[in-house]
Amino acid sequence: MSAPLHVTLTVNGETLSRLIEPRETLADFLRRDLGLTGTHTGCEMGVCGACLVLLDGVPVHACLIFAVQAAGANIATVEGLTESAAVTDLQRAFHERNALQCGFCTPGMLIAAQGLLDRTPMPSRAEIRDALSGNYCRCTGYEAIVDAIETVARKRAAGEAAPRFAEEPA
Amino acid sequence: MNAPLGSLDRPNSYIGRAVTRPNAKRLLVGRGRYVTDLTLPRMLHAAFLRSPYAHARIASIDAEAARAMPGVRLVATGADLAKLCAPWVGTLDHFTGMKSAPQWPLPLEEVLWSGQAVVAVVADTRAQAEDAVEAVLVAFEELPVVADIDAAREAGANRAAAGIEDNLCFRSRLDTGGIDAIFAGAAHVVEEEFHFGRHTAVTLEPRAILADWDASEGKLTVHHATQTPYQFQDLYSRHYGIPEASVRVIAPDIGGSFGMKLHVYHEDMAVIGLSLLCRRPVKYVADRMESFVSDIHARDHRVRARMAVDAGGTILAMDVDDVTAIGAFSAYPRTSAVEGNQVIRLMGAPYGFRNYRAELAVVFQNKVQTSQYRAVGHPIACTVTERLIDMAAVRAGLDPAAMREKNLIPDDAYPCSSPTGYRFEALSHQASLAKLKALMDYDGLRAEQAALRARGVYRGIGLAAFVEISNPSPAFYGIGGARISAQDGATLSITPSGEVRCLISVTEQGQGTETIIGQIVADQLGVAREKVRVVTGDTETTPHGGATWACRGAGIGGETALQAARRLRDNVLALAAAILQARPGDLDLRDGLIVDALSGAERIRLAEVARIAYFRSDTLPPDASAQLSITHHYAPQGYPFAFTNGIQGCHVELDVETGLVKILKHWVVEDCGRIINPLLVDEQVRGGVVQGLGAAFFEECRYDAGGQLTNGSLADYLVPMAGEMPDIVVGHIETPTADTALGAKGCGEAGTAAAAAAALNAVNDAMAPFGASIAQIPMTPARLLKSFGKI
Repeated sequence: MSAPLHVTLTVNGETLSRLIEPRETLADFLRRDLGLTGTHTGCEMGVCGACLVLLDGVPVHACLIFAVQAAGANIATVEGLTESAAVTDLQRAFHERNALQCGFCTPGMLIAAQGLLDRTPMPSRAEIRDALSGNYCRCTGYEAIVDAIETVARKRAAGEAAPRFAEEPA
Repeated sequence: MNAPLGSLDRPNSYIGRAVTRPNAKRLLVGRGRYVTDLTLPRMLHAAFLRSPYAHARIASIDAEAARAMPGVRLVATGADLAKLCAPWVGTLDHFTGMKSAPQWPLPLEEVLWSGQAVVAVVADTRAQAEDAVEAVLVAFEELPVVADIDAAREAGANRAAAGIEDNLCFRSRLDTGGIDAIFAGAAHVVEEEFHFGRHTAVTLEPRAILADWDASEGKLTVHHATQTPYQFQDLYSRHYGIPEASVRVIAPDIGGSFGMKLHVYHEDMAVIGLSLLCRRPVKYVADRMESFVSDIHARDHRVRARMAVDAGGTILAMDVDDVTAIGAFSAYPRTSAVEGNQVIRLMGAPYGFRNYRAELAVVFQNKVQTSQYRAVGHPIACTVTERLIDMAAVRAGLDPAAMREKNLIPDDAYPCSSPTGYRFEALSHQASLAKLKALMDYDGLRAEQAALRARGVYRGIGLAAFVEISNPSPAFYGIGGARISAQDGATLSITPSGEVRCLISVTEQGQGTETIIGQIVADQLGVAREKVRVVTGDTETTPHGGATWACRGAGIGGETALQAARRLRDNVLALAAAILQARPGDLDLRDGLIVDALSGAERIRLAEVARIAYFRSDTLPPDASAQLSITHHYAPQGYPFAFTNGIQGCHVELDVETGLVKILKHWVVEDCGRIINPLLVDEQVRGGVVQGLGAAFFEECRYDAGGQLTNGSLADYLVPMAGEMPDIVVGHIETPTADTALGAKGCGEAGTAAAAAAALNAVNDAMAPFGASIAQIPMTPARLLKSFGKI
């Protein structure tokens, strides 16, 4: 253990300065220090994908990065992506297709899907399955998730914008 | 009778509709509230020192250094907690002769598996607690490890635990008589020895508990990631001597459960005691490595089985010997013997043969406890039966589908019983098989298979019919002496604004319990679904009930909601009639309006009835009774279990050089009775299939001879991922149960029940040209290459 370090980073558009223990992971920092509990930890060894966040726009495992290593970086979590409406269409498609059950993997799935569609706007089903191969879901069997992402890819390609997600009644 | 249900063309007709889940939205935006996420003021964190040995005596514990570590509030041993917590024994009364040693939150003298929690440390942060665990010194004296199921049963064998006379936890025999003679006279006998790898639930959110003892009120509040809050309210109350009404268990959002989160875990019991000792909230979340060595495992079976068939391919008899290894204790309160019991009773269940013999031995060993995990026993029984059927079909010269057509219980033969004593109300095996063949294009796949074999491509087609046991009546746990309720309860209210609140004892883990309850209540009451708020998972607000397991949510919870809604509707119409000076029978409730039943003309809004009842009761006639809240309980009363059925098909391609199997596609036709929400049913089935395929190809808790788990991390224990899983086609037959008005049975276990069996048959079918076969899961590439003689 060593003394806390002073770290400045941007989380969901807000620049923060915090004293952080060097051994604290980015996942623990987001969850405990900032209350951003939408980022989950399922294995804490970079296997399950529940802790994925966007770091400078790229999906990374928040459990494999120490928070101090994120100094100067721009982090986006599911909470921020919800507020900026960046993943509204994915959230809507997941909801309509019932592409989640317990929901514990879901924020990570959304981040992985967003990363995939940024890289590959019109992925095949096989490419979607491949891109999700670092995201473990025990509930759905994956097919509904693949369906939802495929739907969003098609809609984004057609230029369709989704209405806001959270305010609509189920 | 089911007759009044099923019309989808009237207002609020939600039963049978694919509607989305209102409560899924918060999970999608990161607002889920899992126990993992919770913090309370002055909350402390627990961590546990775990045994590095599979079997050892605790010689001494030195915690002085740990107590002096930063942030440490308490170090507690087994002796400390035993002063507060009464021990428990994992047996059921109706399992005659069953035994298991008493258990305490932390061991007093002897550790019984590698990974067992031994000492608890409570500190201001989890990291501080873990740091202090490292400073606790425990001297262990190693004892002989019981790890082999045959050696464990020999006379004079080392015992897995000091508190038992021998390593046999439970033994059961079924015998319809004359089996040896039937086998001796049969035209064909096939037999096989099957091996099933221990595997585990791997919920994505690990086990989590936050206990909050308030000494001022004498009240214990436990936020617990569990399926069964009432069961735990009862257990915490009785084992810690706290009045039941002073124990509140809250199960909020839960990150997966699958049966794993309804057992008593030693750490969870310990955390209650730690909170009592610290008089502060104490939280414990298992990390993934701890999960692998402390969550229950399941399905560790070796089955020797044979099947006798006549010359025409009609099954005459089965003869089964199942040995299952469970750990050094039987789990509590559901025991570790139910799985084996269901294995031997579900064998051959889809088929019409009458002669059966089975022997079950449930054996202690020094490993993690096993117990109920999704589709308890089904995959074992189904795999053994369905593989023997395929082997028998070859001997009888029948195609596997034709063999099943010949032997499945005819759809017009119900009600009937299995030779193992199960009573079937109405199943649909023949219709399911016909539908599956059509969905798969079975004949087309067979033709393609033959053509591809000629080109050196080895594909296999596997079928597996299943019967699922669901919705147990009190004739199971109740009679067994366990305080596990077979009934459920709901409190249903019209709010002053004319909306609806439903507090119900079935619980939600993402399968959509709250959604289907909301559908049923809205449908039966006659209001829009958006007006119904369903509340679950809190013993302080919802009536006592069995909660969610064994597919009870729809069958029992759904019927509870239906009956409650009908009663409340009667109250509403009676009150409206009093207000309108009409007869209740002439009124109806539709879409939130009290209408004239014949013409449909609006008479008064439900909201107006509620306003009068709550705020202007002075204007009601003197004899009017404004009962806009009701509590209703329902327990199954007809058949002891609701059985469901179905059949699965699996299509694979085997790479005979590498032993790798590509799952091309998977099909399921299932009959869960009345379908309340097809969107949710299909996804239950798909998720279940993937858990079954995980067991078939990947998942295994691998132990060495010393009882050490050698792959206890998510990097080493393989779970099915998106890239390896196929698209899954789901079809339905609907045979509602006549035991309830709703007619729903259950669908949670169906996918898992037969997926591994279909996969095993498919792989064996692919290997058939080489004369190779396999009878072990998971079917790893190395095992498949061995079966070919390549390695």
